[in-house]
Amino acid sequence: MSTHHIEMTLNGLRCAGEVEARVSLADFLRDDAGYTGVHLGCEHGVCGACTVIVDGQAVRSCLMLAVQADGAQVTTVEGLAAPDGTLHPVQQVLLDEHALQCGFCTPGVVMTLAALTSDGQEPGEEQLLGALSGHVCRCTGYQGMRRAARKLAGAAAGEAP
Amino acid sequence: MKPAPFDYVAPATIDEACAVLAQAGGGATVLAGGQTLMPLLNLRMSQPFIVVDITRIAELQGIRRADGGTRIGSVTRQCELIANEVLARDLPVLVQAVRHVGHHQTRNRGTVGGSIALGEPAAELPAAAVALGATIEVRSTRGTRRIPAAAFYLGPYMTTLEADELVTGITFPDWPPGHVTLFCELAQRPGDFALVGMVGALALEGGKIARAGLAWFGMGPTPIRAQAAEQMLLGQLPAAIDAQGVAERAVADTAPFDDLRASAEYRRTVGKRIFARTLREALHIGEAA
Repeated sequence: MSTHHIEMTLNGLRCAGEVEARVSLADFLRDDAGYTGVHLGCEHGVCGACTVIVDGQAVRSCLMLAVQADGAQVTTVEGLAAPDGTLHPVQQVLLDEHALQCGFCTPGVVMTLAALTSDGQEPGEEQLLGALSGHVCRCTGYQGMRRAARKLAGAAAGEAP
Repeated sequence: MKPAPFDYVAPATIDEACAVLAQAGGGATVLAGGQTLMPLLNLRMSQPFIVVDITRIAELQGIRRADGGTRIGSVTRQCELIANEVLARDLPVLVQAVRHVGHHQTRNRGTVGGSIALGEPAAELPAAAVALGATIEVRSTRGTRRIPAAAFYLGPYMTTLEADELVTGITFPDWPPGHVTLFCELAQRPGDFALVGMVGALALEGGKIARAGLAWFGMGPTPIRAQAAEQMLLGQLPAAIDAQGVAERAVADTAPFDDLRASAEYRRTVGKRIFARTLREALHIGEAA
């Protein structure tokens, strides 16, 4: 059973810790770093609730060991809103479109859409809707999320939201 | 945390990784993308003594032209195939197939070699490797083996890979420019395991089919090459092809299972139908041809 020293940039801050090899990134983020916005549903990679951004890409934090994130840039849902509380555009559009009810799946959905729309990327509607298929929501029926995704695709294409 | 305790190493070279695998005597597990291994660890269905993370090995990364083909390093992420210009031009069916592997979020981590080495019978990439005639390169301290994909798969999750061997790359042979691609899949939801699917390519010469590679996935214990159907197509003018007849012949060689999601009979019926339709569309032939 090996223990490892890891360092990562977590929500813009340097974060270091000692982890056992078997600790998942999700457990590290929740239990060691305190970012409980990382929700754990299935721990099999099916539900998508634990999705975070690692080096610019949306990934399942339950399907990655914490030690694998050594040296990475990691963003959780806590890292999106501005310090003054202004919501990230993805959070705002999900709110506007009533894309959540209980909110359990929401952090994962937010992180997937945020990764695909960051850094001036211009994802198409098909790409955003396709990426939503990696999230299970048992409340909303998905229609609000789909509207939000269409709005984000439109915004990226320069159409009025 | 859910997995049983294990040691973790992330070697920097293939040689180091092979040395660890050789020393572990079967107690090691290779971690590539982890998108299947992590659930197995979490469920304790896999309890290795040591996990060998190969994703930091630079030699195993990337897609490049090789002699007469395209070589994909085993830890190349599945998402990299979607954006790759070489593949879009030379092996478009692989790009089509990889879009059906898991979800966007799992393709960002999942690797080509991981999917190839796992041997999930319903997986797209092993079937594509079989259909297109790919060669799987494996290394150990004992040397290098190059195994044709058609000889690599023995049964569900069973391959000819030994416990001390590491998949280092997959080489897909060139298909002529402008070859016809075939891909169809039925799944209950996007990203779910395929109930049934077919992947392949056809090359025409002088208007006739000169080369054919077809393989089913989800239709038996391994990817299943539709050899008899390939033979029926060879030498034919597209307009003379009886797509229904070819599909019936292709299904005759399969051995699908009954499971919770679909019966074997359902897979055969639907497989035949979607393959016939895909063949007609790919060759622009009518229903009555």
